[in-house]
Amino acid sequence: MPNIRNFSIIAHIDHGKSTLADRLIQATILVPERLVRDQMLDTMDLERERGITIKSNTITLPYVAADGREYELNLIDTPGHVDFSYEVSRALASCEGVLLLVDASQGVEAQTLANLYLAMEHDLEIIPVINKIDLPQADIEGVKEQIRQELGLDPEGAILCSAKEGIGIETLLEAIVRRIPPPAGSPDAPLSALIFDANYDSFRGSVVSLRVFEGRVKPGDLIRFMSTGNVYKVEEVGIFSLARLPQPELGAGDVGYLMANIKTVRDTRIGDTVTLDANPARQALPGFKEPKPVVFASIYPLSNDDYQALADALEKYQLNDAAIVFQKDSSAALGQGFRCGFLGLLHLEIVQERLAREFGQSLIMTVPGVRYEFILTDGQMVAVDNPQHYPDPAKIQQTAEPYIRAAIMVPERFVGAVMKLCTERRGENPHFSNPLPGRVELRYDLPLAEVIIDFYDKLKSVTQGYGSFDYDLIGYRESDLVKLDILLNGEKVDALSMIVHRRRAREWAVRVCERLKEEIPRQQFKIAIQGAIGGKIIARETISAFRKDVTAKCYGGDITRKRKLLEKQKEGKKRMKMVGQVTIPQSAFVAVLKSGE
Amino acid sequence: MNSPLSGLYVHVPFCRTKCPYCDFYSVTDLGLMDTWLKAVAAEVQFYRNDFPVCDSLYLGGGTPSLLDEDRLGPLMEVLQGEIKFTPDAEVTLEANPDDLTPARLSFYRGLGVNRLSLGVQSFDESELRLLGRRHTARQAEEAVAMARQAGFANLSLDLMYALPGQTLAGWERTLQIALACRPEHLSCYQLTLEPGTALGRKYGQAGKTLFNEDAEREFFLFTSGYLEGEGYLHYEISNFARGESRVCRHNLKYWRRRRYLGLGPGAHSFDGRRRWWNHRSVVRYCELLTAGKPPMAGSELLTPEQVRLERLLLGFRMRDGVELESLAGREEDLANLASRGWLRVEGGRARPTIQGFLVADRLPLCFSD
Repeated sequence: MPNIRNFSIIAHIDHGKSTLADRLIQATILVPERLVRDQMLDTMDLERERGITIKSNTITLPYVAADGREYELNLIDTPGHVDFSYEVSRALASCEGVLLLVDASQGVEAQTLANLYLAMEHDLEIIPVINKIDLPQADIEGVKEQIRQELGLDPEGAILCSAKEGIGIETLLEAIVRRIPPPAGSPDAPLSALIFDANYDSFRGSVVSLRVFEGRVKPGDLIRFMSTGNVYKVEEVGIFSLARLPQPELGAGDVGYLMANIKTVRDTRIGDTVTLDANPARQALPGFKEPKPVVFASIYPLSNDDYQALADALEKYQLNDAAIVFQKDSSAALGQGFRCGFLGLLHLEIVQERLAREFGQSLIMTVPGVRYEFILTDGQMVAVDNPQHYPDPAKIQQTAEPYIRAAIMVPERFVGAVMKLCTERRGENPHFSNPLPGRVELRYDLPLAEVIIDFYDKLKSVTQGYGSFDYDLIGYRESDLVKLDILLNGEKVDALSMIVHRRRAREWAVRVCERLKEEIPRQQFKIAIQGAIGGKIIARETISAFRKDVTAKCYGGDITRKRKLLEKQKEGKKRMKMVGQVTIPQSAFVAVLKSGE
Repeated sequence: MNSPLSGLYVHVPFCRTKCPYCDFYSVTDLGLMDTWLKAVAAEVQFYRNDFPVCDSLYLGGGTPSLLDEDRLGPLMEVLQGEIKFTPDAEVTLEANPDDLTPARLSFYRGLGVNRLSLGVQSFDESELRLLGRRHTARQAEEAVAMARQAGFANLSLDLMYALPGQTLAGWERTLQIALACRPEHLSCYQLTLEPGTALGRKYGQAGKTLFNEDAEREFFLFTSGYLEGEGYLHYEISNFARGESRVCRHNLKYWRRRRYLGLGPGAHSFDGRRRWWNHRSVVRYCELLTAGKPPMAGSELLTPEQVRLERLLLGFRMRDGVELESLAGREEDLANLASRGWLRVEGGRARPTIQGFLVADRLPLCFSD
């Protein structure tokens, strides 16, 4: 156990975390040529494409240090995006130290700070690492100064490296061995291990990632999950190398996996403590927060027949992504579906894409919203995250919506544009500071609802990609909310309803009506698209009916050609939803989110 | 259900020049005619037993009137030798007005041709030039007169509307002159810019039309109203007949899903269950037959759903519409379309109205999910 080191790498997005992980793997494990590829820990296609880590992955690196002894370095990879701070916290709880990665040209950014605070909460040893020192615009001294001033860390202990060029990797490995403390805990105490991740293997059931704090566990043991009380017989334990590597046992300090023929996906709860049934730990391990969804949207199968398939997919998906929550929902327009809670908009997009790619689900997702609070005339408080559950307006006494404190870091020349954007989005209480020469940090209180839809895209566009953005939830504030309904030919489309601020209602109504006009194909009758609050119409568009649709010739005896064309149109129709008499393409529900310029 | 009487089509894939609007298959190398003739004679051998009796023959193209007497004579001889035709069989030949002479016409009569389909297209000189036609308006009128003289009692004129620069008044003049010829049948096609044609390239909108929807509607409704007012039956989207007996029996076989055999390059056939089609290339078509092989390029056996779809897509192009049985289980859709004024239920059939004709391509989709 003195030879074990458990650590994570935390960094702002794009600061080179995955590349550094690759270098550490290559420096310690003989990677077969055919397996060498970029971002080896990012197993999902989606992660490679977007260049971000979504799921944390773990790997054990065997390392012979300068002192001649052999160490097991357990690298627990963490996601780098603000939406995934929960996954970061789970990973950090399993570590004794972290590498805090800072880009030598970009310096300390909002996310660097947020992650540092998380690491400090867990009382971890922090090794600052200045990456990308090979870049011509690298400002090592400037970044060291920032580390001292803003992070309050000793910059002399910072390791200089270039993950891309392989510079400083050996020094870094030595620092991990020397500076990160070995895990404490006794292998002879009752078993106490933390589940920090789980994956689903269709042959073996749950593959539970865990950190053993006390005791030991081996195949054949009867284990108990402390929150559910469920008991399982361990089939296999092991460590993560490039693939799963079975071991005779896992003991205190080890990070690895466990399989116990756990077939029901709900039974593996991230954050749960695993102990031995015969000799249980006295109490469960502390420190895990429940994931807190802040963005909500409903998803529906494109075809009502696929509801059960979607239910199964969501359940399996949840095992891999503990942060998603969902419950049944139904819509007059779209049938049976699920109301889902997400950590943020990126999380929502990723869930949508992974359900489509990995589970083959064709989905319709409604406009995302947040959870609002209503105080009714009878004094009762209700929380509403689904516009369909909007209370009777006559009974609403007071409304409140969640706010965030946004920290936006931009080069000075973009300050005006960002201020304009924040004001449009009902930003309040601005603060400015200059953490670095030429760079400004703006802090704004913003309604979360104004941020979840295209705020980040807009920010990137007005700052030409230079703006970084991070936020903390700061609680609820009183607001003036209304429910905006969208009507097609006078019929309310419940799946398009949204809760919005009164001041922004008309703008939203106009935008949604315009988008729908572009997306809905002309039909045999005129379609009126209306945005309404209560009974009052505040926006309107019209799609004229098609008036002629017939080809003059039937191409002689070639009926096949004509029929094939029709069969194609028929297929297209399957991707449409009927709402009352109106046929709406799947794309329309998503299109209302797109910002128009 | 399928009448045992079939239709026979022969594709004559030769044209002196290519018309800029036409995407039917043809070649301008007339040197291939003899090989083609032999090939057709060979092809009919493959199918003579499956299509033993026909009550219609249609010689289409291309330009069948390009065939001289030395070729048309033997062709008819072969066909009549292999296939039995009913005594009242409808025998149509497509002809360009400029190919016709009194002698040629009486030769056709002698061969048993009893219906001519004249490719007039327009009675406006500038429109005829735009369409790349070789005849004049005058020649077209003379062709009709000659045909009458030769004893043809069943004439059809092909006309086109919604041409570049055409006005409703201009189209009315063409119709007036056409009606003065008292044709038994009129085919009035709206110009569609087909991909791969000269006009399609010139106006750059393949598959589209030149006018906006409202103007197209006006042309269509005007044509229907005008001709019905003159006693013609608007029995199919683009076809008009002076009374039920003048409806084109052969084309009706396509639309009613009756059996038909198509001979020649690119020709399509249907035996009631299976559809197949020939290679389009004259050369390839002839090569295969010379080698003793059928010239089929592809075929398909229809599923019940495909049959249903065909019934609707073809039926809704005809005034007669579709049998209500074909819409079983879709009564709600039917009621819906009837309330829109697109379909009318009568005599056990759902018939499109003139408003229904305007959206005929859509109608089948209204009956599927």
